[in-house]
Amino acid sequence: MATADDLKFQEFDDAANLLAANPDATTISIDEPVEVPKNQHSHLQEPGREEDDELLGTDDSDKTELLAGQKKSAPFWTFEYYQTFFDVDTYQVLDRIKGSVFPVPGKNFVRLYIRSNPDLYGPFWICATLVFTIAVSGNLSNFFIHLGKPTYHYVPEFRKVSIAATTIYAYAWLVPLALWGFLMWRNSKVMNIVSYSFLEIVCVYGYSLFVYIPTAILWIIPQKVVRWVLMVFSLCLSGSVLVMTFWPAVRDDNRRVAVATVATILLLHALLAVGCLAYFFDAPELDISAPIIPAPIIPAHNGTTVITKSH
Amino acid sequence: MAAAEGSGAGGTLFPGLADVSISQDIPVEGEITVPVGSHSPDEDFSTLDEPVKDTIMRDLKAVGKKFVHVMYPRKSSALLRDWDLWGPLVLCVSLALMLQGGSADSKDDGGPQFAEVFVIIWFGAVVITLNSKLLGGTISFFQSLCVLGYCVMPLTVAMLVCRLVLLAGAGTVSFIIRLIVVGAMFAWSTLASTAFLADSQPPNRKALVVYPIFLFYFVISWMILTFTPQ
Repeated sequence: MATADDLKFQEFDDAANLLAANPDATTISIDEPVEVPKNQHSHLQEPGREEDDELLGTDDSDKTELLAGQKKSAPFWTFEYYQTFFDVDTYQVLDRIKGSVFPVPGKNFVRLYIRSNPDLYGPFWICATLVFTIAVSGNLSNFFIHLGKPTYHYVPEFRKVSIAATTIYAYAWLVPLALWGFLMWRNSKVMNIVSYSFLEIVCVYGYSLFVYIPTAILWIIPQKVVRWVLMVFSLCLSGSVLVMTFWPAVRDDNRRVAVATVATILLLHALLAVGCLAYFFDAPELDISAPIIPAPIIPAHNGTTVITKSH
Repeated sequence: MAAAEGSGAGGTLFPGLADVSISQDIPVEGEITVPVGSHSPDEDFSTLDEPVKDTIMRDLKAVGKKFVHVMYPRKSSALLRDWDLWGPLVLCVSLALMLQGGSADSKDDGGPQFAEVFVIIWFGAVVITLNSKLLGGTISFFQSLCVLGYCVMPLTVAMLVCRLVLLAGAGTVSFIIRLIVVGAMFAWSTLASTAFLADSQPPNRKALVVYPIFLFYFVISWMILTFTPQ
């Protein structure tokens, strides 16, 4: 066939040439890596306007609508539909993790990093890592705390893994569901400029839990003060990511409802951290130097009872 | 006589035979079978015709060859092509049984039960396979399960060594030996499975696929290391 070349697929790499001819033309770029560094640079030049646009998302709302329409077109019973939720590269996941650990004040995590490409890889595997990190660290810290005692026999406490898994996965998936339902309900009453899809909320929650992983590892240190300082620090970091994400979504609402929503988000987050610390990590003994007499062996010695272990 | 299709429609499928034509006078006879890849032995005879020993030995040899592939991991495709799940089943059951000795008569907060080990290994392997497929991997579901299951073998060997060391004593020295052995086997398992699975992933997502494998073998290693007999 002599005209086979005409029927071959042609690469449309003329876009660069077209753009060179008309550099000010608005273009819709679909590939992500160009977006993030440009925004970070432009943030330095025009802080005020950029900030509002970033928080409200009005500069790329058209783009996000278009991208959303292009991406999830497969019906939900096919495998390709779920592949669209894993359409991330290594550097994107690392960028999102970095954005959750070092929250830039004033920047919305969803608009800056998610950008209508929410993934399920990050939330799922960060939760899995957190489950095992908490279980292993709790076990290790209990081992080191009770190391010298003669009555202590080491047990792996494997039952706590399933408890940790239930708690963390329930928190990372049910709380976003409730929050999404609540925001949808408020959206029907008050016209909010910013609204998030369910997957974006799951993404924010999942990535915000990342900072608890190094915190859980450092909780092995058996000092109460150190543990509480670490907890407050990590709570501030991940809480600020959540607050900066959800405040623009509720601030147009009734002032009380907005404040109550954000306060509930932070309260649940703190409850998770405190609960994990209390349940998986035994309290370090405050008075290690005093000799510990096991109470059952010396019954009714002289009226003074020595409390050995709290549990 | 694979050229029975002639020069009509067969010309585009078999370009080398486009100029072969068959005269109308000669009757066409023979088998119309197109050889596709490797000749499967099942078409010649069924396994009912051979002695049972042959059938079993063939499968055992395949399983044994895969064990050797895991011990000396090279980028060979034998492990991937003919997958089977016998090896992973045997390894999983033996590992779960060996992890049982400690917690039979203690209170609930002991080591993992048999069902927990089983579920962790199989459910973990399924989740990792789904993860790699969702990220765009080209490996099939059961091939990936096969590789992940076979690469548990170094950790099963580590469990055996740990139990033997614990028979001798349970002090600090034995713990250090166990730590070194389990650590080395964990590295071996992860490297072996990565060597087999990494090629089928898109290049900019390799780390995303390797990390869950690392977590999986880490959890199994943790269960082995913290095993304490009563």
